[in-house]
Parts: sequence; C-alpha cells; structure tokens
Amino acid sequence: MENNKEAVKENSMILQKDMIADHFHNLAQAKENGKKVVYTFVPGNLNELIWAFDMLPVHPEINALQSAMRKKSAAFVLEAEKSGHSEDVCTYVKCDVGMMKRGNIGPTGEKLPEPDLLLLSYTGCFTFMKWFELLKQEYKCPVVMLHVPYQAEGSISGAMVDYVVKQLEEKVIPVMEEISGKKLDYDVLKSYLSASNRAENDLVSVWNSARSKPSPIDAYFGGVYYIGPIFSAFRGLAQCEDYYRTLREEIDERVRLKLGPITPDGAEVKEKYRLVVEGPPNWTSFREFWKMFYDEGAVVVSSTYTKVGGLYDQGFRHSPENPLESMAEYCLGCYTNHNLPSRVDLIEKYIKDFDADGFVINSIKSCNSFSAGQLMMMREIESRTGRAGGFIESDLVDPRYFSAANIKNRLESYFQMIDAKKAGAS
Amino acid sequence: MGIDEIIKKCEHLYNDLDFGYVKAWKEKTGGKAIGYMPVYIPQEIIHAAGALPVGIMGGGSNLEIIKGDAYFQSYICHIPRSTIEMGISGKLDVMDGMIFPAICDVIRNLSGMWQMLFKNKYVKYLDLPQNFDPEIGGAFYRYEIEDILSHVSQITGKKVSPEDLKHSITLYNENRKAIKSLYDLRAEVPHKIPTSEVYLLLRAGNILEVTEHTALMAQYMTEVKKRDIKPQDNIKVAINGAFCEQPPLGLIKALESSGCYIVEDDWVLGVRYIQEPVATNKDPISGLVDAYLTKSVSTASKYEDKKEKGEYLINSVKETGAEGVIFCMPSFCDPALLERPMLAAALTKAGISYTSFKYAENTGQFRTFKEQTGTFADSIKLWGGV
Ligand code: SF4
Ligand code: SF4
Repeated sequence: MENNKEAVKENSMILQKDMIADHFHNLAQAKENGKKVVYTFVPGNLNELIWAFDMLPVHPEINALQSAMRKKSAAFVLEAEKSGHSEDVCTYVKCDVGMMKRGNIGPTGEKLPEPDLLLLSYTGCFTFMKWFELLKQEYKCPVVMLHVPYQAEGSISGAMVDYVVKQLEEKVIPVMEEISGKKLDYDVLKSYLSASNRAENDLVSVWNSARSKPSPIDAYFGGVYYIGPIFSAFRGLAQCEDYYRTLREEIDERVRLKLGPITPDGAEVKEKYRLVVEGPPNWTSFREFWKMFYDEGAVVVSSTYTKVGGLYDQGFRHSPENPLESMAEYCLGCYTNHNLPSRVDLIEKYIKDFDADGFVINSIKSCNSFSAGQLMMMREIESRTGRAGGFIESDLVDPRYFSAANIKNRLESYFQMIDAKKAGAS
Repeated sequence: MGIDEIIKKCEHLYNDLDFGYVKAWKEKTGGKAIGYMPVYIPQEIIHAAGALPVGIMGGGSNLEIIKGDAYFQSYICHIPRSTIEMGISGKLDVMDGMIFPAICDVIRNLSGMWQMLFKNKYVKYLDLPQNFDPEIGGAFYRYEIEDILSHVSQITGKKVSPEDLKHSITLYNENRKAIKSLYDLRAEVPHKIPTSEVYLLLRAGNILEVTEHTALMAQYMTEVKKRDIKPQDNIKVAINGAFCEQPPLGLIKALESSGCYIVEDDWVLGVRYIQEPVATNKDPISGLVDAYLTKSVSTASKYEDKKEKGEYLINSVKETGAEGVIFCMPSFCDPALLERPMLAAALTKAGISYTSFKYAENTGQFRTFKEQTGTFADSIKLWGGV
C-alpha cells in the first residue's frame, strides 16, 4: 500500500515537473523560434489572452520564489541592494532585479529571454507598478498598464468592471495585437477560458477535500504546489486540465482511504491540529518551516495565500460567455484585492467551514499588501471565532529574516495554547 | 499680522493634534469635517458639499504612541500607527468621515482598518486611476468623484449645484496660485524665505478653510518681501520622496542650517498636486477629472507611461536652480524607496548630484542628517558635487 500511495502521488507531480521544464525550455528558445515573451504578475494575470496571442508568459514572482527555494535569492537580493535598492523594500523585487543583473538565468539553469512586453496587471499590490517601472528601465520594451481597482467596499461594481474591460479593449489587446502581429481570435480565447473553467472546478474540489477528517491535503505547504500550474503559465492549457484532473483523482482516493497529507519525505502526517494560514510562506527555508508544522501534527486545511491567483473556492470561474468581463472579474477578485473586512470574513469562514482549531498568520516583512493590518485582523478573528491565533514573522526570499528558532518557539507555544483551549472546552 | 505672528499661528495649527480649529469651525458654521490622508484628493468637492477638508499627515514627532504599535509590525512605516493612535484615542472624532486616497498598500489597508474600527463613520478609499485616458481612467475617476460628492452631500445635507462646485474650484485655484507664487519666490530668494516657514504655511493649508489660508499666504508674501536678509554661501537643493509620512519640523530646520537652501520639495504635496488652474468653463467635474489626468505632478504612486522617469524631477531642479537633490524618504516606504534608484539613475545621467537618507516622522536626533547634508553641500560648493 505504501508503494501504491507513492505512485499515485507521483503522477500529478511528474506532470507538473514536465510542464515547468517544457515551459522554461520553450522560453530559452523563444527568440530562436520567433515567440514573443510577456512578463506579467500572478495575481490578475491574463494567461488565456497571452496564449490566445501565442505568446509565452514569464512570472517574475515565481522566478524569485524558485530562486529562494534553490538558495540563490540571498545573493540576488544583495546584488540589488548594492545597486542602490533599500533594505526596506519588497525582496521579490530585489531578488528579480538581482537575478537580472546576474544574467537572468532562470530556475532551471537556462537563460530567460528578455520581454517583448511588460504586462503590468496592477491587482492587489502597488509594488507591482514600481517593479515593472524598474524593469522598463532595463529592457526598454513596451509596458502596458492594466489598472484593477481595489474592492474597497467589499464588492465589485459595474464601474469597476467597465473600467477594466475598457482598458482590455483599448489598451491591452491592441498592444498585444501589435506585438504579436496577430488579431485576437475570440474563439481561441473562449476555448482557453473554457479549459480554465474546467481546471478551476477540479482545483476547488481539491480545496474542499480538506473538509474531510483527516484532511487529505495540506492546503498551504502542499497547496503551493497545487496552485503551481493554474497560477502560472498554464491556466487555460490542456496540460493544466490534465494536471488538475489527475490531482483531483489522487486526492479523492486519499479521502476514500482516509489518508492524511504527505510530507516531502513521503511520510503521512497524522492530523492533530487543523489550521488556517494567512500570508505567504517563507521560501528560503520552506521545508524547515513546513516541518515545524507537520512534526507537531499540524495540518493546514485552508489558506489565503493559495487564493492570490484567484478565489475560485468562493465561486468565481473563468467563463467563455463574456470573455472580457470574465477576465475583468477575475482580476478584481484575487485575494489581496479584497479589503481588510472581507479578508477577515473569509478567514472566519474558512475556520468554520473547515472546522479549524485555530489560525496562524505568517507576516511577511516584504509584503505590505498582505501584512499591513494583519495584527488587527488577528484580534478580530480571534474575538469572532474564539479560536487561537498565532502570529509569526518571516520573509519571502530574504533568508536574513527567517529566524528558525524564534518561529519554532512561537509555534510551540501556539500549539500549547490550542491544547489549553481544547482542554478548556472539553 | 507680522511674519512671526503668522508663523506662530501656523505652528499652533501644526502642533494641535486635537484639531481645535476644526472643532471651532464646525461650531461656528454648523458644517462637517472630512479628513483625508496623503497624497491627493480633490478637496473642491468636499468644500462644495459644505464640509471642511482636513489633511491628516500622521501624528508627527510629538504624539506618544501607546496603542498604535499594537496595530503594525515594526517593518511598516510610522504614519499609519500614529494615525491609528489618533483615531482610537478620539482625536479624530471631530472628523465626520475619512478619505484614504490610493497611494500605497499601507494606506489602502488602513482604509479597511478604519472601516472595522469606526463602523458609523463615512470611510472612503479613493481609487485614483492609473489610466490617464479621459474615456477610460477619466470615466472611472468621475464615478469616484460623484460617489464622494453624493456621500458627503448626505452627511452635510447640502445638495451641490454645478455653480457651487465651480465656486469651490475658483477658490482652490486662487489658493494654488498663491502657493505657486510662494514657491516661485522661495526659489528666487531662498535666503529670505526659510523652508521651515513655507512648510508650516503649507501645513496650515491642511486645516484652514481655503479662503482663510489663501489670505494668510498673501499676508506672508507681503511681509516677507520686506525682509532684509543677505544670502549666505549655501547651496540650493530639491527635496524628493517626502510626499506621505512627513519629516519632523526639526529635521527640516536641521537641513536648512546645514548649508542648504531648499528651493523645491514634495512634502505636503497634496496642496500642490494640481499644477495649473482647474477649468471652470465646462462641467466642473470634468474640470477636476481633467486636472488629475493632465495637470498633476509626477510622484512615485502615480503611473506614467509617457514621460521618462526622472524627467519631472530634473525639470524642477533646472527651473528652481537647485544644485543637487536630497532624497529624504520615510523608512519602509515602498513607493518612495523603489522610485529612488530610478530617479538616482536619471539624475546621474543628467549630471545632478544627490544624497539620500531615511527618516521617520518621530525621528528625534538630527545631527547625523545635518552632517550628511552639510558634507553634501560642501562637496557641491567645492567640486560642483562630482
Ligand atoms: S509587496 Fe507583496 S504582493 Fe507586492 S510584489 Fe511584493 S510580495 Fe508581491
Ligand atoms: S510612508 Fe510610504 S509606505 Fe508609508 S503609508 Fe506613506 S506612502 Fe505608504
């Protein structure tokens, strides 16, 4: 049975690995093959549109996190600081700038092509704008801004959708047509959107599996792998659909067998604590960080970070019916584009829906978009749910801000707090 | 009023974190007050609706932070914690609403915190467009303006006619003109017009009713021209990066006493955000929309796809005769600090020297800043900054 489990687990992983390797290989050969390259951000990305123009997307945040997982980010961040960047600012940006200054060698060791277009989807974070302004200085290629208004009142208004759609029609699409030398074929776009929709259904089923006890997945540490294809270059493609179908089948099987999630070492976690996590993970010590949770039997049953590229679990699906409106609503709906009260509501809902024992906020030094206001969110959620909140601090890709001992200590006391609450309740 | 009296009045307004003037104004007029955070909102619409727009620029260096630190991690700038401190300690109760303009993720998230903390107050996040096409960003911005107008009208109970709005625009045009004259004069005779005074005058504009502020500026201008002060061997500098969290007044004075005449700056930028008169000859909302789209300054939180980075700064350096730039930016301020390398590169290309440092609004020691800018001034004097 152990062997069986490993084999089942591997299918989706192999698919993902192959997709990524292929993509980076295609990128390395893009110029030779006459392919145009678009740099763009994960939240609010227009992947279906990019593919409809037969262009290849590059996501700088993903390069940054991959560099961190490969222990290369420290040098990149320092490189950027040497060139005049402040130690105070978002380290994703500095990691990317540093990588570029050192030859732009991507995570697979192949050189990344220069962009033909910087597609600045301004969803949920101001720093994105500064980031591409910086890249523009280096690459001197066109930049197209897609300003996505913030859901300040907790909902999407008609004026917001109109604004985004108009920008798509009059700014984004014309520039992409010019650069690709192609007219947009709406049928092709629609077929990508339909494929996205199907993959999104399967992903939501994976997220919902964590309602089972034990949860068959870790929706944060494992979750970041599950979002890989759909948040990056592949949403809308057939391989992406395959991946999520396969993943869903694997997870369904784990539910049937009442198995918990698997750690990177291949062991099964015996669920003791069910948690919701808010905030991005630390990437420089990702495994060590994860281990601090699974060693204690802590399983993350839902997380907000895995919604930065789309809150599909709350009902949104890409739709071929009204392609531009659908893309606009997608951009408007990403997690960090929601106001703080909505973020609090969502976490409260997760705690209830997934019957979590508590929630942990991993507050990221780099990321004001996530972090500003998290202390207040914690108090509010604690008082509404009566469940324990834990607060830890780290950074995305700058290892100087990952203090293992500190975080471990905090987590240990946090788990004791949950124990005490549980004991008090029973 | 003589200069001393004018500056004393401004200093009182600057230091009064209980907003005594606003309270008195409300009592006298029966009007309402709407606070707003940096950088820019179209104050005209608040004014037209019968409310006093009040610029809130954090708690400065005198406010003791008791609870505010429990709301923000150490790596977030200082202005949101002092603003929260003022909010929860009741100092901002006098505001009938708060507007948080789009500038960065911190101010943006602060708007959500305000919604949770002050459930009965009007809280608006003003999403300034980053698209500058009149049919696209302009249409969206119009929607935002109309939204604010209707909410503030509800609060004040005053229905706003196009004529009311035109009148308010005219008053703010006069105010902008007065501020511009003051800045022009300072660039011309900086030895007569210390920036610490200009700064206080501008800060007074955050609080005072607009006509009162314009009159105060006019008085200051009349008086200051009479001053008989000889220029010193100082260099002229432009300040950049202080558009949101403000440096303490002590820091501004320290810069001035280090051998620098400040001839350009971007603090209290909201009152100088629109650089030309807003049109009153058409539908007044269109005038405001057009002013934002086509007549506003370049600053880090605003996207510009046409101009080259740094062009605006370099032009203002040339126009004011500044010999160098001091990047004076709040710690942990992503927009300012990410802008800096781009501006620095543009300055280098244009052969303009710069130095840079970071501050917090409650920084207490100014010696190192003074030494740094003093050395900068000396190097420019000796070698032209090379
Ligand atoms: S601030 Fe946060 S959301 Fe923005 S680029 Fe940095 S890590 Fe990403
Ligand atoms: S100082 Fe900078 S980071 Fe802080 S609130 Fe202002 S603009 Fe945002």
